[in-house]
Amino acid sequence: MKITPATSQRFVVTILWLLTAITILVLLFIIVYILFHGIRNVTWSFLTESPRRMGRQGGVFPMIVGTIAVTGLAVLIAAPVGVLTTIFLTEYTRESKLTSVIRFGADCLAAIPSIIFGLFGFVFFVVVLGMGFSIISGALTLAIMVLPTIIRTSEEAIRAVPAVYREVSYGLGSTRWQMVTRVVLKSALPGIGTGIVLSIGRCVSETAAVMLTAGSALRMPYSPLESSRTLSLHFYILSREGISMQNAYATASVLIITILAINIIAYLLMRRLIAKVR
Amino acid sequence: MKDNTKIIVDGFSAFYGQTEALKKIELSIFSQERLAIIGPSNSGKSTFLRSLNRLNDLHRHFSYTGKIVFDGKDIYDPQVNVPSLRRRIGMVYAVPAPLPCSIYDNIAYGPKVSGIRSRSQLDELVEFGLKNAFLWDEVKDRLHQPASNLSGGQQQRMCLARSLALQPEVLLLDEPCSGLDPISTAKIEDALLELKSSYAIVLVTNNTKQAARASDRTVFFLMGQLIEVGQTGQLFTTPADKRTEAYITGQFG
Amino acid sequence: MKRDKIIHAALTIVALSAISSLALITVFVFKEGLPIILRVGVKNFFLSGDWYPSEGKFGILNMIVGSLVVTAGAIIIGAVFGLGCAIVLTQFAPRQLVVILKPAIEILAGIPSVVFGFIGVVVLVPLVRQYLGGPGLSILTASIVLGVMVLPTVTSISVDVIQAVPRSYRDGSIALGATRWQTTHMVIIKAAKSGIIAALILGMGRAIGETMAVIMVAGNALELPHSILDPVRTLTSNIALEMGYAAGDHRQALFATGVTLFVIIMILNTIALTISRRSAGKAAKK
Repeated sequence: MKITPATSQRFVVTILWLLTAITILVLLFIIVYILFHGIRNVTWSFLTESPRRMGRQGGVFPMIVGTIAVTGLAVLIAAPVGVLTTIFLTEYTRESKLTSVIRFGADCLAAIPSIIFGLFGFVFFVVVLGMGFSIISGALTLAIMVLPTIIRTSEEAIRAVPAVYREVSYGLGSTRWQMVTRVVLKSALPGIGTGIVLSIGRCVSETAAVMLTAGSALRMPYSPLESSRTLSLHFYILSREGISMQNAYATASVLIITILAINIIAYLLMRRLIAKVR
Repeated sequence: MKDNTKIIVDGFSAFYGQTEALKKIELSIFSQERLAIIGPSNSGKSTFLRSLNRLNDLHRHFSYTGKIVFDGKDIYDPQVNVPSLRRRIGMVYAVPAPLPCSIYDNIAYGPKVSGIRSRSQLDELVEFGLKNAFLWDEVKDRLHQPASNLSGGQQQRMCLARSLALQPEVLLLDEPCSGLDPISTAKIEDALLELKSSYAIVLVTNNTKQAARASDRTVFFLMGQLIEVGQTGQLFTTPADKRTEAYITGQFG
Repeated sequence: MKRDKIIHAALTIVALSAISSLALITVFVFKEGLPIILRVGVKNFFLSGDWYPSEGKFGILNMIVGSLVVTAGAIIIGAVFGLGCAIVLTQFAPRQLVVILKPAIEILAGIPSVVFGFIGVVVLVPLVRQYLGGPGLSILTASIVLGVMVLPTVTSISVDVIQAVPRSYRDGSIALGATRWQTTHMVIIKAAKSGIIAALILGMGRAIGETMAVIMVAGNALELPHSILDPVRTLTSNIALEMGYAAGDHRQALFATGVTLFVIIMILNTIALTISRRSAGKAAKK
């Protein structure tokens, strides 16, 4: 029996669709499984109370605060620094061996496992600089961790801006900084925004690096110099130590919903920015 | 005769790295005239144009010798405020290059970066630019729509309006009608005719017929050298140099 | 003009600080980790499987094997599913479906690794233990979990690379009477080959670097595995598990493990970069 191209196509395409379907199903399974087991325990008191008995009872409010604090501080530092550095590298310097080396370095560091950042943060911020396990140690560590990603995604976004826009801007009598802010950044904003949102997501999900720098204190942090536990770390500890499966699922549910919310907000934001730039 | 010399190019040579793109150009440009620059490709026409508003500074390996005097000063003097220079010597490019924003924002861009903030002033300048580019009537009701919605010919006139809104003294146009249909081309040539009463206009074109019909004086460039300059009618009927004649009659190009 | 100079100077300072902090971490990790490799001896460190910190023995061979094996498994799964999705997304899925599928796969990329590990523990491990034997915490489980985690990276880079293939290639092939699948595998994939390989290599880098999920499902045993149902410990897990209480030489040995990871990833990145640069060069020559 001769197998025609049409038949082999049908066969292969079916398999491809199967693979895709399995992938999507796995994603759905993960989300549904966690939410199914956990959502019933995500009550208002769960979100606003502090944990009791090592997390067996009570809520995750301090963890929410800790996550927001560490992530917020990290991105607040890394985003401007990263974007300004990228502007410097792309618009204020000529392409040279040095810039290629920096780009390669940023690529590598973007791929370095977070545990190594945790190692560094532990020895450098916690011990050597004496900041101890604290939100600030965690934030600085995460900031360095996401800096390369922000630099790379910003660079791609800025390079995608057509060269002719720059010429037009200069031709109309603008200074370099005016060109950068009014033309280049405006056009590159969706790409840069994506990089920043990606980094926010990475910070929220991060466990290994915060474990070694922000610590795992259960109480509510009242200053950035205090140690704090993030949601993902709390989830990890609850499940690994077998403290409370119920609360573990609930914490995971909060995590997943947060990530989904971040993704959706990012998607909508990007659509709005892209429309504006048009 | 009143002195309406706008720009004096004095022994100006331009280099990209080691390549000499312009060889000791000597030329005067007057206001209230349309000066066409013709010549085969790579003869240095665009390089010359871009040297006039220092847009060549953006090129990595650009260097020069000689002087270009505008308003009594050498434009390459380190003291010169380059953004200000570029406002007084405006440029329209070969391919219409609207910025990714509305028509209004495109035209208001130049004035805004020069420091004008007042909304009413900006409105005035936008209207001024569009009217002088003969585009006002067509777009006055949709100023805040994206500029990319315009047709090619309209976009090019918008780019002209963009430069005009800055009220420059000299207008440089680098093959502005390449890629435009005949009607749009005619509209732009008509606009230039109207504009010459207030500006010095320098027009680079690959199309000798356009130079013949839309300019007062013509310059012929060949391989970086200025071969001949003269009144358009004269240059096209009785060119002084053999090479000019060869190019005009289409023996090479 | 003066304002411009101030801006330029400010930007230079910011950029230099950023770059030096990135350089700092590289230098720091190497400075802390390199000495002990030299002290213990390169052969003893990399080729010995004896990891007994209390006795001063620091051989990471078993963990290197663990990392490599788990990564290999992960990349197989990630490649098959990731590429499959990429091909479907770019060649066969109608636009309305792509709008749903693409973000869905990107969301998969955003799920925290601890959640993946958790699902692995409560769902996958019992399944493996029941139907395939062994403790359930194994290379197989870790590979599957990592494969799913790495999949979105492979997909998104592959999608970008495939979409960069000139439209004319596809049109030319269809015009010659080829079916869509023939066009895909004979023309488009071939053109995108280097980019896809780069995607896989970057996926490998991600898999090697994964820590939390692997800790939860790989078993963390220090012995060399004999089958895919055996537990292993990876380089990353080792650091995470022992960092909390390590001191002195032990801590430095963990840094040395970090150095090893650093170097592996730099090598992988260089390979990926060379491959994509070579393909860009070929494309430019055309």
